[in-house]
Amino acid sequence: MSVIDLETARRVAKLARIRVPEENLPALADELSQILTFMEQLNEVDVEGVEPMTSVTPMRLKRRADVVTEGGMPARILSNAPDAREGFFAVPKVVE
Amino acid sequence: MTALNELTISEARDALRKGEVTSVALTEACLGAIDAAGALNAFVHKTPEIAMERAKAADARLQEGAPPAMCGIPVGIKDLFCTEGVPSQAASRILNGFRPEYESTVSAQLREAGAVMLGKLNMDEFAMGSSNETACYGAVVNPWKIDDRKLTPGGSSGGSAAAVAANLCLGATGTDTGGSIRQPAAFTGTVGVKPTYGRCSRWGIIAFASSLDQAGPMTRTVQDAAIMLQAMCGHDAKDSTSAELSVPDFEAALTGDIRGKRIGIPREYRMDGMPEEIETLWSQGAEMLRDAGADIVDITLPHTKYALPAYYVIAPAEASSNLARYDGVRYGHRAKLSQGDGITEMYEKTRAEGFGPEVQRRVMIGTYVLSAGFYDAYYNRARRVRALIKRDFEQVFGDGIDAILTPATPSSAFGLGEMADADPVQMYLNDVFTVPVNLAGLPGIALPAGLDRKGLPLGLQLIGQPWGEAELLKVAHVLERAAGFVAKPERWW
Repeated sequence: MSVIDLETARRVAKLARIRVPEENLPALADELSQILTFMEQLNEVDVEGVEPMTSVTPMRLKRRADVVTEGGMPARILSNAPDAREGFFAVPKVVE
Repeated sequence: MTALNELTISEARDALRKGEVTSVALTEACLGAIDAAGALNAFVHKTPEIAMERAKAADARLQEGAPPAMCGIPVGIKDLFCTEGVPSQAASRILNGFRPEYESTVSAQLREAGAVMLGKLNMDEFAMGSSNETACYGAVVNPWKIDDRKLTPGGSSGGSAAAVAANLCLGATGTDTGGSIRQPAAFTGTVGVKPTYGRCSRWGIIAFASSLDQAGPMTRTVQDAAIMLQAMCGHDAKDSTSAELSVPDFEAALTGDIRGKRIGIPREYRMDGMPEEIETLWSQGAEMLRDAGADIVDITLPHTKYALPAYYVIAPAEASSNLARYDGVRYGHRAKLSQGDGITEMYEKTRAEGFGPEVQRRVMIGTYVLSAGFYDAYYNRARRVRALIKRDFEQVFGDGIDAILTPATPSSAFGLGEMADADPVQMYLNDVFTVPVNLAGLPGIALPAGLDRKGLPLGLQLIGQPWGEAELLKVAHVLERAAGFVAKPERWW
């Protein structure tokens, strides 16, 4: 069912926000198809009535009050930014 | 006399406490060994100043008395752990230049226990790989060598395994998502523990697949693994999946007495095409445990075959989500943009330049299996199969099995580059014996048990009950002594 064609490969790359040059799409489609074919084995398993596993240990995820626990350190937050100005992360223009 | 960098953690600890050696001397010996081992490419960011500073502080603490066991012990830290002010880039170009403002919980606990960080260790990019060939720093070379080929140390914690095997450090941190501690341990004749999911905090460890990732120790002996694991684990409020359970004294559990323990041998782990030597080693391991008074029981884990395909849906799905944060905005690499490029071009170019081929492949597979129309067919189905795999183990443990013995890997170390032309699935098969343990969240340990005909180490794996690390280490300790593995790689580097 899941042979990846060029159009699907192009769409997946777009969704993943990874630029893939047009000439590399056929090889990518092949590789993805091989991996997905390997996964097809899962269709042999009877999973009727089995709930998808959500957590390794039977536990309820902890909750905490919705309050600020740490902060007030803009310089440290920005210290690794490729581009930061006036206390903000800087990015290319988003709105015309 | 044994060189200081060749000591085990337990030997070094005892010598430090008796005042026979200083942490400064141990640390200098390791730093010297690291400088002489550039050919292995294991340490990729060296931190000699930090190391010497911590060694001096450890010596002062040892003078005061009652130091923790890891006080003064030189260790290496996998590049996946965020270390304050020190490059931490998961062996990826996309985190070039990243110096965290914070320290991961596990490395902070080691630091607080007095351990000395020597530097950061090479690994597969974002821990995705089984041969350490996907690193932006280049491959790690296994210190074991049998001909003119360079061999892989395994992956993803290949730098950690090679460094421990080559005596560059006394122990190292690793992480294990599908076998990334146990497979490299097996390939290098070292010991590696993947604890129960939730035993070690994941906070500050660069995430790959959050429901599978666990940190663990890589050492030269089981006793050392017990000592180092003790310092690494425990509850952490900053990781909501970290377990609020007390941590037993792992070293004290190594009593040598496994009489009456029931050890399961799963029939599904007898794979077609598995080398006979591995099969033999496995039977010998079972014999040794029987001789020590354990009962050997044939068991069945019927869904084993489906663990790898389920893993290769779930892990990439989680990775595609976790790795969405690498967008060139907050840290690491940002692509140079052309006139007129907007934010989407910035994301796409940054990620194309920053991620290597295997990471790109997994992010795209993950994106696909989570995309509309395929979510149920792949992702939800894989999670249901995962529930069945976990149930297999629960049934076996419910029937009174204490631990499970399996091979660690389907082969010994292979040559670097030898898998280059194989399809990606061939590489994934390396993890066939280790992946089910991560899916079920169980503790596992790989330990060296013999050499193959070529003279390369082979490992066995023991799988324990949830939170049963102490019992698991006890059985492993008995097996280690019975196997009497003493071979060391001959120094060529």
